[in-house]
Order: sequence, then structure tokens, then C-alpha cells
Amino acid sequence: MTRIEEFVKEQAEKHGRERSSLMPILQAVVQSERFLSEEAMVAIATELDLSTADVFGTASFYTFLDTVPRGKNIIRVCKTITCHMKGKDAIIATLEDMLKVKLGETTSDGKFSLLQANCLGWCHKGPVMLVNDEIYPEVTPEKAVEIIREYLKKTK
Amino acid sequence: MKNKIKKVDLIFEKVDHLSILKKAFERTSDEIILDVIDSGLRGRGGAGFPTGLKWKFAKNEESDQKYVICNADEGEPGTFKDREILTNVPEKVLAGMALCGKAIGATEGYIYLRAEYNFLLGMLNEKIREFNKQMKNMNFEFSVFIRSGSGAYVCGEETALMESMEGHRGEPRNKPPFPTQHGYLAKPTSINNVETLVFALMIANLGPTMFKELGTFDSRGSKVFSISGDTPKAGIYELELGMSLEDFVHEFGDGDTKAVQVGGASGFCVARKHFKDTVIGFEGIPTGGSMMLFNSTRSMYNILKDYLEFFEEESCGQCTPCRVGCQQLLKGVEAVKKGIKPATYLNELQKLSETMKIASKCGLGQSVGNPFNSIVNNFREEIIY
Repeated sequence: MTRIEEFVKEQAEKHGRERSSLMPILQAVVQSERFLSEEAMVAIATELDLSTADVFGTASFYTFLDTVPRGKNIIRVCKTITCHMKGKDAIIATLEDMLKVKLGETTSDGKFSLLQANCLGWCHKGPVMLVNDEIYPEVTPEKAVEIIREYLKKTK
Repeated sequence: MKNKIKKVDLIFEKVDHLSILKKAFERTSDEIILDVIDSGLRGRGGAGFPTGLKWKFAKNEESDQKYVICNADEGEPGTFKDREILTNVPEKVLAGMALCGKAIGATEGYIYLRAEYNFLLGMLNEKIREFNKQMKNMNFEFSVFIRSGSGAYVCGEETALMESMEGHRGEPRNKPPFPTQHGYLAKPTSINNVETLVFALMIANLGPTMFKELGTFDSRGSKVFSISGDTPKAGIYELELGMSLEDFVHEFGDGDTKAVQVGGASGFCVARKHFKDTVIGFEGIPTGGSMMLFNSTRSMYNILKDYLEFFEEESCGQCTPCRVGCQQLLKGVEAVKKGIKPATYLNELQKLSETMKIASKCGLGQSVGNPFNSIVNNFREEIIY
């Protein structure tokens, strides 16, 4: 058994093998691996007795269940109306410059992916960004750089 | 229409939720439901279905199992009230779910929390553990569980949310049957917005009269508003329903408000000349709470384009009118702006949005025409030039 297969099995023991356990298991894999590899999806399908296509079909519906490799830290900058009005473009430009990536890409050292997200629910405190599960309201380009520097220090 | 802005404090007021429940558990479910019906409370997620009726329908179904779902998949752009409510008064939300459980005869409740709010999970799990223990101590059979979303706006639609909970793509179901008959795992389910559940608890606490006396005939009570955009007072406010938009802008505007988007991206854009005769409530423009203010420095074309990009991405793709319609509306306004299509093409696009309203399967596709038509009608020249 590979490491992923074992992890999936553990999750299936924990959440159950019903269809309604699929989302929690997919979420657990993404939480730990940052994305769903083909290997992981095949393992989930086997554990839950589903077709792999069904697992991929479900996963690919959801923005936060990535099926392409992502960095160890995922940065999501809110792009919806008020955050747009309050300057999300400057945040993205600064981060692109700092991380030497374009929107949607992952750094070559695999530490960061830079993405946009639809409304994150902080419209009164825009612009906001989400790094993994942490929220950072009212960011400025300077603050964004500081925040990412902290993650850089923490990420091996 | 009510004349002035009146602030209310029902949602965030700290109460002893256990003693409210204790009192409520001594009553029959019919009495609880009757109070909610009598109060005139309508769903606070945006659709505005009478809450008491929903509970009554769920209660009247015969089933070995029923469910309560708290819809915390708050994805409407401009709305952030449910996050504030869950952060500040989580006990009241849980107690509202238990009250609903008592009313309809359910023993399990689920919170469906959007992934963007996952940072609340640790705190909520702790509160839920504590609450479940308290229910046990009160000899009331009811347990709350929490489920996470994974970043899909459409899952805020009640049947899409249930599909997601069941481990499927979040694609809305055909209605009828409604969730009160055929909901989560095909069992009768009452699915209510976070804020609705807290209001129901407060109605159980204070009686229906105090709630009914607030607001207007069609829009009883108060509502938590999420105010953002060009305003010096962005944030969360609980206000009495039925105010005029003019009074609202007078209170929250920056002195240069040219338009207000009422009800989020799927709501209506009201231009300055209509502020006076626009009522915020079910008799005028209903809202899930989102109020986005725009001043004269903003291009309404950019705002419309943002909305359309949002819907184009978030359309689940299941039904053709919505999937193709959202793409074509976006392409269409871009083409008109660039001069590739004549200005009269906007009329074609407006017809398309009417088709989407009639033919789309769920509220997403049905409501794209709201922002589209209200912005095009009010700010046509900004879209063209």
C-alpha cells in the first residue's frame, strides 16, 4: 500500500464508506496533499466502491478541490466587486512580482500557488486574501508581502 | 413605507439560549410553529419563504427520520452577515436548529459551512460538542453535525447543497418535490438560513408580537444588512425592514452615491433617481442583506462585467439557458463596449436574460437578468461608450 492509499483508507475508516462520506474524504486529502492526484482519486474510488470517473466528476465540480498540483501554500485573492473596487489588482501584481509567477501558477520551489477566488465574504474589509484557511482582511500590497514572507519562513 | 432608519438588536443580543429552549421544549411543536407563522418571519437567505409554513410542511410529513439544515453557504457577493452571526452568537444558531428540530420532529441537524469560512471550524466544532452535551443533559434527542463546502456558489441553493452533502456534484434538483418532503437523503428536511434560525429563537423567547410590530405588512421584523462599497460606514447593521432606499443612502452613503446594488450580485441595481420610491423589503426590493453602494467614480460597465464574470464561473453548467446564457451575456456586453456589436445588440441580450429567467432550472440562472437589466436600463450609456 502506498502512503496515499493508506491515508485514504484511514479517512474512509473515520468518515465511513457511504456516498455522503465522499466530500469529507476529498476535503481531507486536499487538506493534507493540497490537491487530488490520480492515485488519490483511484484510491478513494476503490475504498468507496465508486467509479473513478464519478469521483473525478464530483471533485472537479468544486473550486477548492484541486485536481492539478498546487503549492504547499495556496493564496486566494478575492476578485469580486468590492475587493476589485478596493484594489485587489495591486495586491495580485505585487504578489506576482514577489513570487515570480503569474496568476494561476505555482512557484518553482512548490511553496506557493497564486489564485483568485470569487467573493470570500469580507466585502466591508476589502481587499482580502485567503492563505490556506487563514483570512487576511484589508490587505495592502505592503502587508501582503509581509504576510507571504512569514509563510515563506514557516515553509520548508 | 417606514420613514426613518431604525436600528434593532435581536440577532447579536446575548441571551441564555438554554433557558429559551427549556421553555420551548415544554410547549407542543404546533404551538412553536404557530408563533413563527404568526410573527410573519420570512427566510433571511434571500428567497423569503415563510419560515413557519416551511416548518409546518416538514412537521406534517410522516417519516422515520427528518433533518434540520442550517444553510451557512453564504456566497452572495456583498453578503457577510452569516459569518458575523456564526462568529459572535454561535450558541443562538445551534439553539435555533434545536428549536426547529423540536418543531418538525428531527433529531439531527447539519450546518453546511462554506469552505471560505473554514477558519471558523475549530471554534464551531467546540461549540457543537458542548451544545450536543447540553441537549443530552436536557433529555432532548438532538445532535448537530457540521459539513464543509468546497467553493461553489450554487451550493447555497438548497437542493444543490443537499446534493453536495450527499457526495455529489452540487447541481440543483428539480422542484417539486420540495426539501420539506424530499430533502437530505430523501427525508423531510427543513433547510433554513443562519439568520432565520436565530430570529426563530428570538420569537420563541419574546413572542411573535414584538417581531410583528417591527417592519411593514409584507416585511415583518428586522434584518441584518451587510453594507459595503463606497460608504464610510461599511459593516453589519440590524435594521427594521421597510425603509426607503433614500433614507438608507442618507444614513450610509458617502454623499455621492449614484447607485445601490440591493440583494447582492443576483439582486437589483437602483439608480439615484429611484432611491425615493424604492422600499427595502418584500413589497419593494427584497434582499438577503447585501447592500453595495457605488459613487460617481465607478464605472457601471466594470461592475456589470464583474457580476457577469462571477455568474459565468459559478453557473453549475447543468442547464443550457444558464450555462450558455451567462457566457453570451458576458461576451455580448464586451462586444458592445468594444464596438464589435451595435448598441441595439443590448436589446437582444435583454431578451436572452428574459429567456434565462423563464427557462433556467434554479435561482442562479433565473436571477442573472436582475442585475443585467437593472444596470443596462439605468446606465445604458455607460455600457455602450
